[in-house]
Amino acid sequence: MTDRKTLATVWLDGCSGCHMSLLDMDERLIELSSQFTLVYSPLVDRKTFPERVDVTLVEGAVASEEDLKKIRRIREHSRVLVSLGDCALTGNVSAMRNACGPQPVLLRVYEENADLQKQVPTVGVPALLGRVRPVHEVVPVDVFVPGCPPSADTIHQVLSELLAGHLPNLGGIAHFG
Amino acid sequence: MSPEANIRTLTIDGVDISARAEQTILETAREHNIAIPTLCHLEGLSEVGACRLCLVEVKGARRLLPACVTRVEEGMEVTTHSAKIDRYRQMILELFFAERNHVCSVCVANGHCELQSLALTLGMTHVEIPYQYPQLPVDASHPRFTVDHNRCVLCTRCVRVCSEIEGANTWGVMGRGAQSLVITDLKEPWGESETCTSCGKCVQVCPTGALFEKGRAGTRTAKHPEFLPYLRIMREGEQP
Repeated sequence: MTDRKTLATVWLDGCSGCHMSLLDMDERLIELSSQFTLVYSPLVDRKTFPERVDVTLVEGAVASEEDLKKIRRIREHSRVLVSLGDCALTGNVSAMRNACGPQPVLLRVYEENADLQKQVPTVGVPALLGRVRPVHEVVPVDVFVPGCPPSADTIHQVLSELLAGHLPNLGGIAHFG
Repeated sequence: MSPEANIRTLTIDGVDISARAEQTILETAREHNIAIPTLCHLEGLSEVGACRLCLVEVKGARRLLPACVTRVEEGMEVTTHSAKIDRYRQMILELFFAERNHVCSVCVANGHCELQSLALTLGMTHVEIPYQYPQLPVDASHPRFTVDHNRCVLCTRCVRVCSEIEGANTWGVMGRGAQSLVITDLKEPWGESETCTSCGKCVQVCPTGALFEKGRAGTRTAKHPEFLPYLRIMREGEQP
């Protein structure tokens, strides 16, 4: 089918709960799947973000240098960018470290609470940003889907509308938390 | 006293309405099922006009007026919903969310929070104003209750209920602007307060997760401020 839309899902600093909720659409996913091709996602193998994607759902906040690089490339190559869930929208739990900055958190996890090899990892992991930011503070976002996570029904409604070529407005429909 | 002299006629959203002279625009609107959002207002407590969510347009007034502290006047023309008012309310709501750390997903009041509900009813999906992420204390020194300043919207319902209903005057406000904090006594730990009667009224009237009862989670954190009007009526009934 030529009019299939390309769909990508991205996992930045979040718990993957939004992706779980996406899968929670169950058999409705099968119905919708005739309308899109999943070209990039934690659920598929492709390692680099494609050149052109119709709809990209972003879970998670922008918390590391890698997230920052990723989201900029993703924005550039996505026609419609959707902030999916509270971490992408507000920073949510990911941004709770903003009141103190990343260093005390790293020390707490990797030194105070570690029994062996007490050291903050620096090799092979991206540096954390000084401040975790919601996606729309970094790049323009087209659709905002509140919820922690947004319910499967909400995601179904959002995807159905996007695949039909509309931009859904979740104001008055989905709430934070 | 002739009852006619105390009646004012006005229009709210184009509807002709009469009200008693001492009534506010908010009271009058609600009596006629006209919805105006509020956060600091609570039936049974005095009005302070702190949250500004009830701003309405009054013809001839140069600025928007808070419906909760504006009395009705003869011939007044009030508009409760317009693009301008919606924009202001949205901005006020965003300021609340940006000012402190309102993390709904991990808040004890998730699902029972008036701020969270307002975001839904006013159609807010995200906050454009940069979040401030202040470092704020949590005081869990009281054996039964906790105050988490991260979730406080400074509505002062706790201050008013403690003064006006319980008569203990434990709660107060210190500081100015965004640095304001609700405090117990002279900023003593709540658990060491000599004036607090541990009645828990402040917890029941708090619209968010700022004041909560220890050991409660999920659906059991729902607040029950509906006792207030009854208490008021019963007390006023006692007076000759």
